[in-house]
Amino acid sequence: MNTTQPTVGDNPNREALRAQVAQSLRKRHAREKRFRRFGLMAVVAGLSFVAILFTSILTKGLPAFWQAQVIAPVFFDPEIIDIPARPQLQRGETPAQFEERDHAWQAELGMVNWNRILENSVIALKPELSSERRDVRAMFTSAERFRLRDMVIADPSLVGQTLDMKLLADANIDVWLRGNIDRSLPDEQQQLKASVRALADQLHAEDIIQIKFSTALFTNPDSRSSAASAGLAGAFMGSLYMMLIVIFLAVPIAVASAIYLEEFAPKNRITDIVEVNINNLAAVPSIVFGLLGAAVFINWFKMPLSAPLVGGLVLSLMTLPTVIIATRAALKAVPPSIRQAALGLGASKMQTIFHHVLPLALPGILTGAIIGVAQALGETAPLLLIGMSAFVANIPGSPVDQATALPVQIYLWQGNELRNFFEARTSAAIIVLLALMISLNALAIWLRKKFEVRW
Amino acid sequence: MNNLTLIVVLLALMAIAYQVGLVRSKAVAGTGNNRLHSRPGYYGSLVALWCGLPALALFIVWSLLEPSIVRMLVMADVPNVASMSDTDIDAFMRRLQAISSGFGVGDVITPIELAAAEQFARLQNIAQLCKLAVMTALAIFGLSYARKKISPDLRARNQVETAIKVFLAVCSGIAILTTVGIVLSMIGEAMRFFQFVSPLDFFFGTTWNPGFSSTGHGDGEFGLLPLLWGTLMISGIALLVAVPIGLMTAIYMAEYAPSWFRSFAKPIIEVLAGIPTIVYGVFALIVVGPFFADVGEMFGIQVRATSALTAGFVMGVMIIPFVSSLSDDIITQVPRALRDGSLGLGATRSETIRQVVLPAALPGIVGAFLLAASRAIGETMIVVLAAGNSPQLHANPLDAVSTVTVTIVNQLTGDTDFASPQSLVAFALGLTLFVITLGLNVIALYIVRKYREQYE
Repeated sequence: MNTTQPTVGDNPNREALRAQVAQSLRKRHAREKRFRRFGLMAVVAGLSFVAILFTSILTKGLPAFWQAQVIAPVFFDPEIIDIPARPQLQRGETPAQFEERDHAWQAELGMVNWNRILENSVIALKPELSSERRDVRAMFTSAERFRLRDMVIADPSLVGQTLDMKLLADANIDVWLRGNIDRSLPDEQQQLKASVRALADQLHAEDIIQIKFSTALFTNPDSRSSAASAGLAGAFMGSLYMMLIVIFLAVPIAVASAIYLEEFAPKNRITDIVEVNINNLAAVPSIVFGLLGAAVFINWFKMPLSAPLVGGLVLSLMTLPTVIIATRAALKAVPPSIRQAALGLGASKMQTIFHHVLPLALPGILTGAIIGVAQALGETAPLLLIGMSAFVANIPGSPVDQATALPVQIYLWQGNELRNFFEARTSAAIIVLLALMISLNALAIWLRKKFEVRW
Repeated sequence: MNNLTLIVVLLALMAIAYQVGLVRSKAVAGTGNNRLHSRPGYYGSLVALWCGLPALALFIVWSLLEPSIVRMLVMADVPNVASMSDTDIDAFMRRLQAISSGFGVGDVITPIELAAAEQFARLQNIAQLCKLAVMTALAIFGLSYARKKISPDLRARNQVETAIKVFLAVCSGIAILTTVGIVLSMIGEAMRFFQFVSPLDFFFGTTWNPGFSSTGHGDGEFGLLPLLWGTLMISGIALLVAVPIGLMTAIYMAEYAPSWFRSFAKPIIEVLAGIPTIVYGVFALIVVGPFFADVGEMFGIQVRATSALTAGFVMGVMIIPFVSSLSDDIITQVPRALRDGSLGLGATRSETIRQVVLPAALPGIVGAFLLAASRAIGETMIVVLAAGNSPQLHANPLDAVSTVTVTIVNQLTGDTDFASPQSLVAFALGLTLFVITLGLNVIALYIVRKYREQYE
């Protein structure tokens, strides 16, 4: 035999060869261990990103649900609220004229010195403060006087009564009492006067101002002038209208399209093009849909700017490809034996699909639809382009009123100048948005697990 | 009666038509060879469709045309209509609407407005009554026509199913209409933009300084290159973060991880994909930006809190699950035979992966890379919040940049008159973005599809 390589059998080279092999084996095993460690580190990095994201948002946002509030008895002094009763609709008067009289009455009611009532509530607890009315007024956030006015409009019999109320403190007071602003900063860099700060500390020590859980974030609409009462109610309603439009418009159309494409469309070039088209639509950046909405819906159809109707239509167009793809996958998963059994018993194609295939594919379709709706809930860019970047101060009453949406509200709040107050509030709004999305996704996963059938 | 009532009446008529069809079909049914072709319900549905669909079509066409026709007729009698602009006419019609509906207006009503409002109310009444009459006539005509056709030989089920099939096809046409709408509207507006600024200046200009629409047309400089460069820089950083981590995660999960670890870690990483991008943007602004600025300070380097590095890093974190799940699919598709062959020849697992599996999976991984790149290029909110806003050509990732998507948002969140080049440029930018992402997606899907054919 003519071998050129030394084999292990040759005595003098055996040890050297064994050592060589052992050394290279050690190197390869070390490389293997390093590689495996890299993989583990990558996974750990991914997991830690998730952890860092959630903990930072939670730690910044949760405190914002507790706000500084003034706990004091409010006396609706009839001497201060000195206005006639609300006008009633008279015979022979058009609704427009009645509305004018009503608005005039409301304007008069707004001129009442509600601030004095607010100050009196604290002074009732500490009479020695009657000489520092200015400072006491600075304790309250500016929208609380309108809250009192709205309470009287809703129930005029309140005049003359005393109510124990929790009134929101001003945002700067909240920041000061929480320690979110450096207490050692000199007066020119502080937001409040020295006397106001001292009063706030004093009232806080006496439990007249307490930091309690407040639902203002959920129940109030947005507010520019009164930062402490800015809330998400308007954004909720806007997002709700848009999600309803997406659910009732996009999901049925998407399911119908998917049924046609999967079951009925002839297998030719046109159907291929349609398929490629839908797959590409699913990957188009969301801002392009916003441009489409701006050009077609706002410019061409002249729909109202910033309306949930337009936002809902744009989001429906975005959700359409996602739900179509999910429905097609669900329909494909139903085994051919079911279809063939139905056809064999004499059902027509349409009957097979609507009586047998569709009910069996329904869990998958529902899951896809819920995930699509959850994705649409978090979209911001297209809504910014159809005009939702404006500040909207009231809750929309119908889908064509001006409105905003949850993600857009987050975007608007993070740009606010009052950073040390609004950073926490923005994070709190993010917590609300994430909670909604997590519950939607959990619902989808639960539905899928519950109705999953293994063929 | 208003439109909602009309629709309800139509639905009621359709329900009656269904019953009529049902009863009639059972009446003509014989036995033996003369049995009904389809079940009675289909005959009922057929009659209901014949009753409802023509009337519905008329309703839609009439409702679309009625406002403009009424407007034309009313304005023909108003004296100085030639001097009124479109917005004046709109306001005038709104006042007429308020007056004629009895709601009233706040100020004095002129005699012209009063006369016009009376005519408006009269015309509207006539129009509504005519609409109701014609719709009812059509519905009843359709009902009786369909009922006459009912016989045991009538293939009702086939006709109803054809109608449903047409409806399904129309629905799937909407998806195509969307793409066509996107392309046409953007091309249209972009063409109008190119009348102000030449395409060469736009695509190859190196300064972006659009100015404001109130200062006149075409005053600004609209050069795309700084924006494109910013986009590429941020996407590059994002891919630099996402591809190694995503790929190694996929490899570890596919090859090494025990199943309990997989079922625990995979969903958590998938969570990263479901978080809205605005949350990433705020996270970048509040946490990551200051962190990088502090780290830079420690080393004496000037790092801005909002910079390409911040935005790129957070975007990379967002794309990790994308790359990871796509790569996972591709790696698990490599046949076991290749792996077992390599292991059988004595290679370690990492050598198998590096020298056998990855080269086999390479086309698919390149496809995943391109898809992730297209996602990064089209991303808006992270960049709007965290990249600063400085459209300049520079090579420093630690400084602020601006991208195509940020500029679109900046240019369009303002006035809505799409007549100035400042607003129209957003559409030109959108068209560029659309073409780039479409190109990347098509190439990526082509590569992935071609690769899949190799092993099937």
